[in-house]
Order: sequence, then structure tokens, then C-alpha cells
Amino acid sequence: MKLMKSAALAAALGFVAMGASADTLKIGFIDPLSGPFGPSGDAAMKHWLYAAEQVNKGGGINGADVEIIAFDNKINPKESLVQFQKAIDQGVRYIAQGNGSSVASALIDAVNKHNARNPGDEVLFLNYAAVEPSFTNERCSFYHFRFDSYTDMKMNAVTDWIAARPEIKKVYVIGQDYSYGQANAKVAEEMLTAKRPDIEIVGNELHPLGKVKDFTPYIQKIMQSEADAVITGNWGADMVLLIKAAIASGHKVPYLTYYGGSLGAATAIGTDGVGQVYQISEMNTNLDVSPEQEELIDGYEAAYTDNNFYYSRVFTAMTMLDEAAEKAGSNDPIAVAKALEGATLDTAYGTVTMRAEDHQIIQPLYMSVFSDNVKRGVEQLPLGWTSADGDKIEAEATALPTTCKMERPE
Amino acid sequence: METIIFSLLNGVIYGLLLFMLSSGLTLIFSMMGVLNFAHASFYMLGAYFAYTISGVSSFWLALIFAPICVGLIGAAVEKWGLRRVHANGHVAELLFTFGLAYIIDEVVKIVYGRNAVDYRIPDLLDFPLFELFGAQYPAYRIFILFISVGMLIALWFILNRTRAGLIIQAALTHPHMVGNLGHNVPRIFMTVFGAGCALAGLAGVIGGNYLVTDPAMAVQMGPIVFVVVVVGGLGSLAGAFLAAMILGLLQTFAVAIDATFADIFGFLGLSQTSELGSITIASLAPMLPFLMLVLVLMIRPRGLLGDREL
Repeated sequence: MKLMKSAALAAALGFVAMGASADTLKIGFIDPLSGPFGPSGDAAMKHWLYAAEQVNKGGGINGADVEIIAFDNKINPKESLVQFQKAIDQGVRYIAQGNGSSVASALIDAVNKHNARNPGDEVLFLNYAAVEPSFTNERCSFYHFRFDSYTDMKMNAVTDWIAARPEIKKVYVIGQDYSYGQANAKVAEEMLTAKRPDIEIVGNELHPLGKVKDFTPYIQKIMQSEADAVITGNWGADMVLLIKAAIASGHKVPYLTYYGGSLGAATAIGTDGVGQVYQISEMNTNLDVSPEQEELIDGYEAAYTDNNFYYSRVFTAMTMLDEAAEKAGSNDPIAVAKALEGATLDTAYGTVTMRAEDHQIIQPLYMSVFSDNVKRGVEQLPLGWTSADGDKIEAEATALPTTCKMERPE
Repeated sequence: METIIFSLLNGVIYGLLLFMLSSGLTLIFSMMGVLNFAHASFYMLGAYFAYTISGVSSFWLALIFAPICVGLIGAAVEKWGLRRVHANGHVAELLFTFGLAYIIDEVVKIVYGRNAVDYRIPDLLDFPLFELFGAQYPAYRIFILFISVGMLIALWFILNRTRAGLIIQAALTHPHMVGNLGHNVPRIFMTVFGAGCALAGLAGVIGGNYLVTDPAMAVQMGPIVFVVVVVGGLGSLAGAFLAAMILGLLQTFAVAIDATFADIFGFLGLSQTSELGSITIASLAPMLPFLMLVLVLMIRPRGLLGDREL
């Protein structure tokens, strides 16, 4: 079965490659396709492939077909640089990456260096998920565009949610021990203290990235702290296993997550965790949207039956890239980058803006809860994510000031 | 109090799983003098076979047949691979098992894909068994405990109370004498190798859904199994048991302890905000087995209960 799937995937990739004429716009997708975070990278790759297909159906970008070339970086920054070089050698001028801020950090440096050394042959970095704050603050780069709200913006929404619930007196924060998890832990503590000084942070734990196979000891520690709510920025296998252990231990408090939608998490949550697990993200599939968007979701889930529509931001990135290139009248990365600055797009979930000063997307966020009363389930379950009326945070409300001082090419 | 009881339970279960894995390795080592680098790969095979078998039939059949399949593969490897290489000495054997580990790894990736498979706990055991201090305890963990203890008793009984065990023990120390007495020593070796692999396979069957079944599981478990065998004393079953328990408990307790270096070494003037002082004991958990390995090799190179020097 697995063999068949891989074969189908290879065929699909081959098809895209074959369809590529001389006039193609290559996007190098550099993300983990194996290991504990393989499912996350794989799911994102499918979104990029599907988004590319949609653009190509509409005539491509300035007439050029979009081709997604996938590179497995094994979530290793060093390996990512090798893959980046490989991508450049294949004529890639746009790279997409999202899983792992450690990787994004290395890639931003690599892109900056490459562009400084190879004028006229610049590369743009489309970051669809790496959310460490510095990328659009002190380390911002003209060649980097972030299409997801970064940790502080999401934590702002999460802490607002907690602050509005006086019954929550003790909060536990758990995350992965690397740049992103550390940034997240810090901002959680700062924001909670500022918004609700009476809340006690009973634990702020960092665990090794992708190494823990049994989270039960961590869960038991959280239970003993008598926390009323848990905040976690975990994603991939770390999210799935954390929630699996929490449900198995019968831990019944709200879990506020960024990535509760990680593939496999819904199965682990099951009916026991209904109404208990929350996710802050740019959408969920049970929001009321236009028929076109419903059609897109249906189309995606029909094309990849073992996968659910999750990364709406990948489609946002692709559409904004398309529109910016058409506006610039060129597929040259610098011209496209200039057109992307300040661009806006009306998505199915609200209007989004690519802020010119730091290349950070400003998009509405939704707080979703895991529910058994849904029209679209996930992972072949009658369970899914849904939001109520008050759960939308308008784009302007998520925006935070930036410290970015960007250097722009002439 | 809760911390201690839960950590004890979890630690013992993890320790038993480690022992099940390392007992085979220790047996094989003490008999053939070869460290089987591919041992953790057989553990992985056990998990994947169980996933396949439980997919088409049931977990209970997998529990019986997956270890048997792994054992047969192990026996075949001994008979047609290791035995031939044996003539060229230990280094050749070591390299052979090293290569074998890579082959198994790649084959698993080709057949099952690079990502984790959804190998689940059987529905029959998927319920909380009891509640302790407000936390539920999954029944499957207690099931692991029973299977491991059962295997432990069976192993002890076979080795110490049966004629077959007697011959195996004799073959361990005096293979030539056993051969001269008319026993088929190569066949004993093959059986022990197969049985050792089957034990690893069994650990895979019950560990694969308790932890995660993915192609990285062998690479992750491999070093820890070696630590258990070396710390326990190469070739000593009792030592492996002791070491597995200590490691299991040490790792779970480390996670449970909510202290930093500054809390422990504060009297030396180490502050909470310094780089060193802010390291938590919990974050050291993955390092502890290897720290123990280094310490044991320095202080007592033969291991806790071993009787020969490395």
C-alpha cells in the first residue's frame, strides 16, 4: 500500500517535471520528508503541489508553469544548506520552507549570502510556517517573506483567551527545546504576567526536539502541578505524542496549541479530547466560506485522500506570488519582492496584507476547538476543528510593532 | 509521593522493555563472542511485522507470529551469513552485523515508507485500568509489564531448569567439550541467535505501539541497548536486567524531577540565571545512559555483574 502511494507520488512529481516547458518558475521546497517531522513536511508539500496545479490551470505565473521541486532536509540546518545549494544548481530562484525555525534561520543567512555574492541571480525565501520572532524583527531580510503569524502574534491570541477566563489560575507551558520553543516559552511568560498578574505559571518546560517517544512522565508532572490550562507550541510528532499521553492519562484541562492540527493528532485526541484541545491558526475547515473555497478544499482532499486541507497559507503565498509577479510584469525575484511589499489579498478567511516594513503577513487568526459537531472531519473521523462567532481575531488586532530595519537593494 | 509511584511504574516498564531487547543481545554475545549491531533492527522488524499482521488479522496473532518471523530471519542470518563470516574472525562478524543493520533499515524504508506507521494499541487493551492521584493509568502499560515479567520467568526457567538450558549454558563456556559430547553446537548457536532475535522482535511488538513505529526506532534504541549490555556486564543476563532497570528508572525520574543545576549546586554559589545553573535535570534525561556508560567503563570496566574484562 505504502509502495503504491510512493509510486503515485513519484509519478505525480514526475508529471509536474515532464509538464515543465522551457518557461517554468521553479519553487524549491526544502522541508523534512522523513523522520519524526516527515508527516508535517509531506502534508505541506502536497499543499504546495496542489496550489501549483491550481495556478498552472489558470495559465501559470506570467505564462510560466510553476514547478515544485521537493528536497528532504531531515529537519537538519546543515543538510538544508546542502539541499539549498542543490536547488540553486537546478535553477531554483524561489525557495519555500516552513518546518523548523532552526532551518529557516540557516536558510535566511544562506539566501542573504547567496544574493550578496550573485547579483542578478537572487533567490527569494517564501517562509510559510517558521515562526520564530526575529525573522521579521531584528534579523529581517528583504529576500524573506513570512506567510504565517509569528509566535508572539499567536501567543497574544492565546493569552487573551486565557485572560478572559478567570477560572484559570495556573498555567503550564511546554515546548520543544530549540530557538522557536525557547522564544515561545519566553513570550508566554511575559504576556501572561502582563495580562493576568494573578496567574501562576506552574511550569515552563522544554523537552528535546523530536526525541521523546513517551510523554507520560511529562504529563504526570503537569497533572501534579494542578495546572488549569496547558500552552504548547509543539508540532509534528511532538504534538501527536504529547496529546496522546495527555488523553491516555485522562488529563482534562484545556490544551492551547498552535499545531493541534498536526497530522495524527486528531486520531490521538479522539472523542475523549473533544472540547478540550484548542488551536490558534489562520483557519479551520468548518468556517463559513465561499463555495469556491469549499470546492478548493474538496478538490484538495479528493486529490490527497490521506491528508486534510490545513495550510491555507500555502495557497495565500502562491496567490500573492502570482499576483505580485503579474503586477511586476516579471518573474525576476527582486521585481516580485518589490511588488509583494504591501500587497493585499482577499482570502476566504479575511483580508491579508504583506507588511512592507518587515515582510510579515498580517492575517486574521481563529481560535478553533476540537469538536464532534462538525461538517468536515479530519483524518477520516467524525471529529474536527470549529470556531464560534467570537473566535475570530481581526488582522489588525494581531499586528505587533516590528524592530526591523530593512536594507533594500536599489 | 505521586511522582515517585508514577515514575516507578513507568521506569519499571521502560526498564523491562529495555531488558527484553538486551537479553537477546547478551545471550548472543556470551555465546558467540559477537556484538550484534543489527540487534535493534530486529526490534524494529518485530514492530513492523506486528503492524502488518495486526492490520490483516489481530494484535494477538501478531503477538505470537511476529516474534517467530523475526526469530526465523535471525536464525537464517546466523546459518547462511554469520556462520560463514565467523571463519574470518570477530572483526568480520562485527562488520557483517553492521552492514546488516543498514540493509534492514533501508529495506524497511522502502517497504513501509519513511514516516511512522499507525500501529495502534488493540481496542481490547485501550482503556484506563485504574486511577491514581487523579491520573488514569493505561491498561496497555500493565499488559507490557505482564508480558515482560512472563518472558523473564520463562527465560530463567529454560536456562536454569531444562536440559536444553543446561546444554546452552555449557556451550557458552565450553563449546568444544559440548561438541565432543555429541551435541550439534552450530545448531545450538543458530537456535540461540534466532531466540535472541525473537526476543528483540517481541520487544518490538509490544514496544512499537507503546512508543512509535518508524524507521528511526532502531537507530534510536540501538545505542541504549548497548549501554545496557555494557553496563550490566557483557554476557551477564542478571547484569543486563539490573542495568536495564537502573536506566529505565533513572530516565523517568530525571524527567520528573523539577530542579536545575542551581538548586543542587547552589551552595557552591551557582546562580539560577547563569548558563550552567539554568540547566534542568529533566533536560539531561537523554544524556544519562551515556554518562552512565562512560562512568562504568572508567570505574568498573567489566560492568556491574560481568565476569570478563572487555
